[in-house]
Amino acid sequence: MDLSFNAEERAFQSEVRGFIAKNLTEEMKRATALTPSVFSDPDIGMAWQRALHRQGWGAPGWPVDHGGPNWTPAQRWIFESECARAGVPNVNVMGVKMVGPVIIGFGSPEQKNFYLPRILSGEDYWCQGYSEPGSGSDLSSLKTRAVRDGDDYIINGTKIWTTHAHHANRMFALVRTSDGPRQQDGISFILIDMKTRGITTRPILTIGGDHEVNQVFFDDVRVPVTNRVGDEGKGWTYGKYLLEFERGSGIASAKLREGLRAITELAESDLTGRAIDSPDIASRISEVEVDIDALEMTELRVLSALQTGQNPGAVSSILKLRNSEIRQAVTKLGVDVIGHDALAVEPMRPLYKLNHEPALPEDMLTVVPEYLNGRAYTIFGGTSEIQRDIIAKMMLGI
Amino acid sequence: MDLNLSDEQRLLRESVERFVAESYDADHRRKTANDPLGFSPSVWKQFAELGWLALPIPEEFDGLGGGPVEIGILMEAFGRGLVSEPYVATVVLGAALIEKCGSTAQKQANLPKIADGSLKLAFAHSERAARFDLAKVATVAHKTAQGWRLAGSKIAVLDGHAADGIIVSAHLHDHQGPSGRIALFLVPATAQGLAISDYPRLGGGRACNIELSGVQLAEDALLGDGRDALPAVEWAVDRAMAALGAEAVGIMQTLLDTTLDYTKIRKQFGRPLSANQVIRHRLADMAIQVDEARSMALRAALKADNPPVERARAASAAKAKIGKCARFVGEQSIQLHGGMGVTEELEVGAYFKRLVAFDTLFGGTGHHYARHAQLGRTTQPA
Repeated sequence: MDLSFNAEERAFQSEVRGFIAKNLTEEMKRATALTPSVFSDPDIGMAWQRALHRQGWGAPGWPVDHGGPNWTPAQRWIFESECARAGVPNVNVMGVKMVGPVIIGFGSPEQKNFYLPRILSGEDYWCQGYSEPGSGSDLSSLKTRAVRDGDDYIINGTKIWTTHAHHANRMFALVRTSDGPRQQDGISFILIDMKTRGITTRPILTIGGDHEVNQVFFDDVRVPVTNRVGDEGKGWTYGKYLLEFERGSGIASAKLREGLRAITELAESDLTGRAIDSPDIASRISEVEVDIDALEMTELRVLSALQTGQNPGAVSSILKLRNSEIRQAVTKLGVDVIGHDALAVEPMRPLYKLNHEPALPEDMLTVVPEYLNGRAYTIFGGTSEIQRDIIAKMMLGI
Repeated sequence: MDLNLSDEQRLLRESVERFVAESYDADHRRKTANDPLGFSPSVWKQFAELGWLALPIPEEFDGLGGGPVEIGILMEAFGRGLVSEPYVATVVLGAALIEKCGSTAQKQANLPKIADGSLKLAFAHSERAARFDLAKVATVAHKTAQGWRLAGSKIAVLDGHAADGIIVSAHLHDHQGPSGRIALFLVPATAQGLAISDYPRLGGGRACNIELSGVQLAEDALLGDGRDALPAVEWAVDRAMAALGAEAVGIMQTLLDTTLDYTKIRKQFGRPLSANQVIRHRLADMAIQVDEARSMALRAALKADNPPVERARAASAAKAKIGKCARFVGEQSIQLHGGMGVTEELEVGAYFKRLVAFDTLFGGTGHHYARHAQLGRTTQPA
């Protein structure tokens, strides 16, 4: 057993660091640090995606013949960790990490040829149409309906929590194409051009003050049948496949560590009256750091299993659950560290383009919004309660 | 980066798991719990034959040259059977301290005997006034014409009653007076002035308090050359915490397995307990915490020979986190067994008590989060 990386892996690490040093601009870095929502806005996120694409690193998880870099699991871990450490933009995952693998796995040759290059280059910007107002954790009860009409489907219904629908030009959606005894069997996976007539988008502001999610309405929206991925009625299978990607490529600890580092710096600064000198704060920082250590070790254990072709099993649910809980612990600690400064609200967005002097030092601007928005981490991508159900069923057999 | 077990490590795990499954059951544990020795000498002999006592000892002293990861594999399986043999006292602490501090002659005299099972050791360091501060030692060693004279009181000495020799820490006073250094002495169990009062230890095995009233020792009872032994003590205790953490993981795994089985069989309101979501989620949380604890024990073992601050932070991280997980898993195991969980009729309580002992030994969760924080400070309080 060995925790350190070998010479080849260390060489790769330097290569990644070199790439980041060359391509990560101060503007991108500052914008990322000052974005209290999950993903960077497209102007920042896609600039980074284009840089990655130029390097041939646009889609780390894809097979080589579709433009993947053919990295080992260890290389992927190093890449993600270095990116987190450097504070690169948080590229919206809906394209590369979510719809991409589904198209690669189940799409037609035409769909692969058309969509995959546009995802890689950042030409297309994707959003996900899964949840509905009446279908949250019980996703397969969804009611947005696609009715066949010649070579088209006509779609009616509504999707909610649609991240970046207001930026996206494409959506992948789960829609109901039939009613059977098992509600999962009537679902299809469909690709929708967001400019199609009949689609409207309503912004939803989250409690941190950010506009990241939306509700999307479909009113007799006509979509060609050729936009369906795979077989009609098999959408649930494809959608679940994708959710496993959403639950974690299994590399979250580095980003958590970076978040804790920023909070610790605040705690060590005169801005907070050196919050760290309070034994309570110092111990809690350690408690969160240790939780990150445990998560990192679990990630590395999974990685080691993957390297030798073993299946790590239901551990992706543990990783999702712990990542979300620890993230919340980090942001909660942040609120406590800044003390009275948690009272000040900065309502303008984006925080990196304010045209006035904010009431707070810049390093503190995202602390409370991140805590507030961060409540969503244990809800999206399968709530913590759903994850515990999965762990009980898959790991414990109950 | 590779966290998979090697073939040798896998074989070691299989053999120790098999041994524990075959040799340790409720009857065996009950018998040893009521025995004044607290463990079985014949099992100790088997440990020697299987090479486990030689495991971490360097090959030049008849050992197998294993490391903290191998110790962890052994200890996790020991935890599953609540093994009460004095392995930590003799091998994890005793052999390590002799290897780290002893002269070549002292290593030659003691390590092969530990490896073949003919020498058992204990480590007497903790004192009542020191609480968990390893640097605080009031026991003194005065230089005499013949050698050394030791005086002081030690508490919570694991398996001291069964040891042939006790490694005692003391503040060194030479002819010039207090030296400011801590030194280690190998004290024969038969030494005059050494009074051992032993007691049954929470969760199995035994421990003792030791009074040293002017114990006279030969010159060569001092381990090594008398340089400050505190760094070695910290190193060895960090190693012991990693090993005990692995043992706690084994204990927790057994509690989880047992509790899971029970909730499947026990029926209330016409259905198994495990049909209730509140129970399933509790068990899921227990499984997660066992997994986190396993990660932390392994991490501490892998960093056991890293530079001191990194090693110590990993050991404290493991001790704090595993202690927290252990309390949760232990307490919930009792809760989910209902009234039966509180009785001596089930073994759940015995496993739980060993976890409580683990959490207390060398300092609990709160102490180790604070130590972790202190070691990690890049700036000192104004």
